[in-house]
Amino acid sequence: MSAFIRAFARNKGAVVGLVILALVAITAAVASLVFPFSPWDMQGAPFQPPGDPDAWLGTDSLGRDVAAGIAYGARVSLLIGAVSTAVSLLIGVSLGAIAGYAGGLLDDAVMRFTEFFQTIPSFILAIVLVAIFSPSLGSIVAAIAIVSWPPVTRVIRAEFLSLRGREFVQAAEVLGRSRTAIVFREILPNALSPLIVLASLMVANAILLESGLSFLGLGDPNLMSWGFMIGAGRSVIRLAWWMSVFPGVAIFLTVLALNLVGEGLGDALNPRLARRR
Amino acid sequence: MHDITRRTLLSGVALTALAPALRPAIAAADIAPKRGGILNTILTPEPPILVLGINNQAPTQLAGGKIFQGLLEYSFKLDPMPQLAKSWSVSDDRKTYTFKLQENVTFHDGHKLTADDVIFSIMKFHMELSPRARPIFSKIKEATAPDPHTVVLTLDSPFEPFLLMFDVTACAIVPKHIYEGTDFRTNPQNQKPIGSGPFQFVEWQRGNFLRLKRYDGYWVKDQPYLDEIIYRIIPDSQSRALALQTGQVQMTQANDIEPFDIPRFRAMPNLEVELKGWEYASQLSWIEINHRVKPLDDVRVRQAISHALDRSFILNKLWFGIGKVATGPIVSTTRYYDPSVAKLQAYNLDKAKALLDAAGLKPDGNGVRFTIKHLALPYGEVWMRLAEYFRTSLRKIGIEVVLETTDAGAWAKRIGDWEYETSTNFVSQFGDPTLGVERTYVSTNIKKVTFTNTGGYANPKIDALFQTARDSGDSAVRAKAFTEIQQILCEEIPQIWLMEMQWPTVHEKKLHNVIRTAMGPNAGFGEVFFG
Repeated sequence: MSAFIRAFARNKGAVVGLVILALVAITAAVASLVFPFSPWDMQGAPFQPPGDPDAWLGTDSLGRDVAAGIAYGARVSLLIGAVSTAVSLLIGVSLGAIAGYAGGLLDDAVMRFTEFFQTIPSFILAIVLVAIFSPSLGSIVAAIAIVSWPPVTRVIRAEFLSLRGREFVQAAEVLGRSRTAIVFREILPNALSPLIVLASLMVANAILLESGLSFLGLGDPNLMSWGFMIGAGRSVIRLAWWMSVFPGVAIFLTVLALNLVGEGLGDALNPRLARRR
Repeated sequence: MHDITRRTLLSGVALTALAPALRPAIAAADIAPKRGGILNTILTPEPPILVLGINNQAPTQLAGGKIFQGLLEYSFKLDPMPQLAKSWSVSDDRKTYTFKLQENVTFHDGHKLTADDVIFSIMKFHMELSPRARPIFSKIKEATAPDPHTVVLTLDSPFEPFLLMFDVTACAIVPKHIYEGTDFRTNPQNQKPIGSGPFQFVEWQRGNFLRLKRYDGYWVKDQPYLDEIIYRIIPDSQSRALALQTGQVQMTQANDIEPFDIPRFRAMPNLEVELKGWEYASQLSWIEINHRVKPLDDVRVRQAISHALDRSFILNKLWFGIGKVATGPIVSTTRYYDPSVAKLQAYNLDKAKALLDAAGLKPDGNGVRFTIKHLALPYGEVWMRLAEYFRTSLRKIGIEVVLETTDAGAWAKRIGDWEYETSTNFVSQFGDPTLGVERTYVSTNIKKVTFTNTGGYANPKIDALFQTARDSGDSAVRAKAFTEIQQILCEEIPQIWLMEMQWPTVHEKKLHNVIRTAMGPNAGFGEVFFG
């Protein structure tokens, strides 16, 4: 474990990313302590520029505190990022494991099904799904999960294909271990490292997708999110640049941090790079 | 640049002194009309068809108002003014209306416009097509043409707001020789509309532009002054604002420009922003209440909601001052508006909470008295902000609001099907409460159709008063009834009225005579010219 941490820490960018991510998480955690009011509440006059002691990132067109919006928006972004990634991992890993381990016709069937999803532009599909099921937290998470699982399936299938012929798997088969045990105890743990890297990037992607949906007005109208804030501020950008710039910076930093962390994880978990060190 | 402007202005003033006034109503212009020029403007959204009657949406009225004409126009005070009818008279029993038509009027295909066309338009065309005109025109017992330039309409009973039904948007005069005996909706000529207005149809490239040119045979001498009007189709609001700013278009109207952009255009020295011209439409916006949902049927709850909304905040911060704060069910520019009785609940959160307490709705541990849903009006961003403001304001008095969003088609369907708890709506009044206000409040109009009494408010007294006002030919009797209606409705507040809507017309200052009547930018533009 300490070797892993050392390998990770060698990538400076990854450490910076991790720090930013920790800050975002802390912001989300303490949002209700620092801003003990709803982010939808009017806190001052509309269109107050940043620097005001009561609203140091300014207020929006209804006098809502932009800083409070960003803090509460961090919750929504992280929540949606984490939950939708978890759901798509669940779908992707199950299908990938079945395809890779079973092979044959089942493999073909699963892969054609996956390719079917991959041929549809993911953002467009997400828009359609949310529009059909009417925007809410649940429908947004579901839509993001549905459009993000195919890459997971492909990665897991590839890992399973290469691992199931290895000696340790054959040994387990000879020892008479059950199929489930082989899949979950032998193969899956060895396929985890690409999965972890992929997952960190998927969280970033989910946050971007949610922001895009909210920007287009397809967010949950009862949740304050960064994409919504940019969408609401876009039209008045000449009048109040801070309404869209600060949430934009928040999305940028969070997504950048997740990408940096993902890269760091990839480096640290890559055995070839590890040997060279 | 400045020099040129001043010089043209000076020469204009000199010319006015020499040129005889064309029409007394126009004499107010301080500069003599000049022929020539192409007006580039915008049409949003693109209409499906340009024939008024077959389609009556706002963009059709805007472009169709140039191609077609009605018998009358209305002044800002809603007094009838001559258009195709040069004069009119009403019999003493208020049942017979006689219109004398302008002579020398021809349609764009050269056919003469006569009394036959007028009677056909009223009794056949609009009677069949227009859900708004049908109930009123079916009161016409007899329509005759004693001579080619006289139309006599006899009603079965007096109907005082009758003369408000004859502008181009309510009753455009269409050519009988083209439409008679055909299916009006599928007549091939609909693609190349033929009217009698100052401008005639030239070409329409869908999704791109609509081009109208001066009709040389127009019946008003020397008019129209412009050579062409080109309506550009620009779907994105920021691109529209840019087109106006760069001078690509010289005029915008209706909802072309978002309210938040208006302060910027007000500051531009070459542009003028006018808010007049919506007196006939007189739209009122409100929080639509479904009276079938408890506790919204309780008058105290509705009063509390009304007390909790700061209407001047809505006007000044959301609509950037465009419009007026509502004072009751009748808009201040509609006839029979009575300022002495129209008084709404003032912004007062303590009163609101006291009313809710009195209604027995005590806050629970989280400070929530009850939860309602609000279906946001999907007509653009500012309406979404209004929904958010509504939620925030009601939370302050302990009412939790859950927002729902949908698209425009689904919104209209859900309102029509009564599948909502609260929503936002805005509705035109057409100059007279009988024409545009009654429909929202009388129990006989509780229908599963959008823009009827979808809220389900029922009050026998209100029903009776609206009936009196409808049936009476005497304006004093009607005024009394409407005053009482305003009194009762302001107290009962069946819908939470918010704002009297206005829409900015922005045009270059060198464009003259733009907004002259209560029809605003829907008018014919025969008098409009570049100075």
